[in-house]
Amino acid sequence: MAGYPMMAGGVVDLSEGGKAERFKALALPHLDDVYTLARYLLRGASDADDAVQECYLRAFRHFDTFRGGPIKPWLFAILRNVCHAAYAGSARLVFTADGADESQAAPIWREHGDTPEQAMLRRHESETMRRLIGELPAEFREMIVLREINDLSYRDIATVIEAPIGTVMSRLARARGMLREAWIAAEGGGVSR
Amino acid sequence: MNCDEASILMHALIDGELDAGHARELETHIATCAGCAARLREFHELHKMMTPAGLRYTAPASLRVSIEGKLPAPRLAAASRRSVLRGFAVGATASALAASGLLVMVMRGDDERRVLGEVVSAHLRSLQAQHLTDVVSTDQHTVKPWFNGRLDVAPPVAELTAQGFTLLGGRLDYVDAKPVAAIVYRRRVHIINLFCAPAPGSANRSATMESLHGFNVRRWSENGLNLWAVSDINADELMEFGEKFEAALRQ
Repeated sequence: MAGYPMMAGGVVDLSEGGKAERFKALALPHLDDVYTLARYLLRGASDADDAVQECYLRAFRHFDTFRGGPIKPWLFAILRNVCHAAYAGSARLVFTADGADESQAAPIWREHGDTPEQAMLRRHESETMRRLIGELPAEFREMIVLREINDLSYRDIATVIEAPIGTVMSRLARARGMLREAWIAAEGGGVSR
Repeated sequence: MNCDEASILMHALIDGELDAGHARELETHIATCAGCAARLREFHELHKMMTPAGLRYTAPASLRVSIEGKLPAPRLAAASRRSVLRGFAVGATASALAASGLLVMVMRGDDERRVLGEVVSAHLRSLQAQHLTDVVSTDQHTVKPWFNGRLDVAPPVAELTAQGFTLLGGRLDYVDAKPVAAIVYRRRVHIINLFCAPAPGSANRSATMESLHGFNVRRWSENGLNLWAVSDINADELMEFGEKFEAALRQ
């Protein structure tokens, strides 16, 4: 059983429709955010599917223990536990940018008034950045996803990763430092197509 | 403030997380340190470049549907009301077709449906009530003997770790008010409960796949046992599990 946390909670009650509706209204709007974190934490799209599903089912079972406030950090913490429990020590926590399913990526936005050239440049930058984030070691990768992509406060990040704020600050500084160097190496190295 | 401190605090400044006192100290340092000033500018640029829209993923629609389908919903309450109505319908049919062969078929179908429901409920309970396993072991030679004296028969236990199904342990459970063995496996983040109920003298029956409340159930009978494998993994994988399990027992 090691690595697979037991689930707490009551017996399923099919009449718990009201609780389910409340949970859905609160938690489902964050599905893309949770999925994004899973995609960066895990290797493949199907692993991310499984982990996100398990995260939501587990979150629902533990919904009674949710103490209000923003639900996103709470969901992230559960997802992170699911990923770590299921894939602890496994190479699957290593992100690889698999170009094959770029179709699953969010459509690259095109700001109003962009020329096709500007849009293409943005798309290229985003693709490079996504790959470089994915290549960071896991503990730094998640800092970038939590802070930059999800705009979580330091306090919320500390909750998610179960670490003091001081750790959040030093880890984020290192994560950005590594990403900056990778970006310079990539763009300086003539990656443009 | 020295450069080491500044190199950490400048990120808090970028993120709007720095208190006024530290912000002033940082600005004083940066005014006199060209290196830190340049780094702050670069990190500002990097931060601005990280436009979330380009870095996000969108969850597949199938994932949303699947999650919604697995949460209890009024829809399910409606479904159970429908089965009550179906019960009435069966009763009416029963009076009309008393003693006909058709009646027996209908009743048996209904009975199996009920047992199927119980098996799925037992699976759900095992995930929810901190009672997944009574005996925790990845070793079949520990799990199998545990059932001695608890059940009339020794349930089959196979190790399938190499095939991607990890044995977690076993548990005594009840289905149709009778004690059954539940052998618990894990596939990635999914749990598979394999329920084995003694059915002395019953004929062997090849596997069928059914689905209830978003769970798949592979049911078969062998050597005087009725078996149900229940999980939320997809039907193909559950079928594969059953086949691997049967193959392992034949070896």
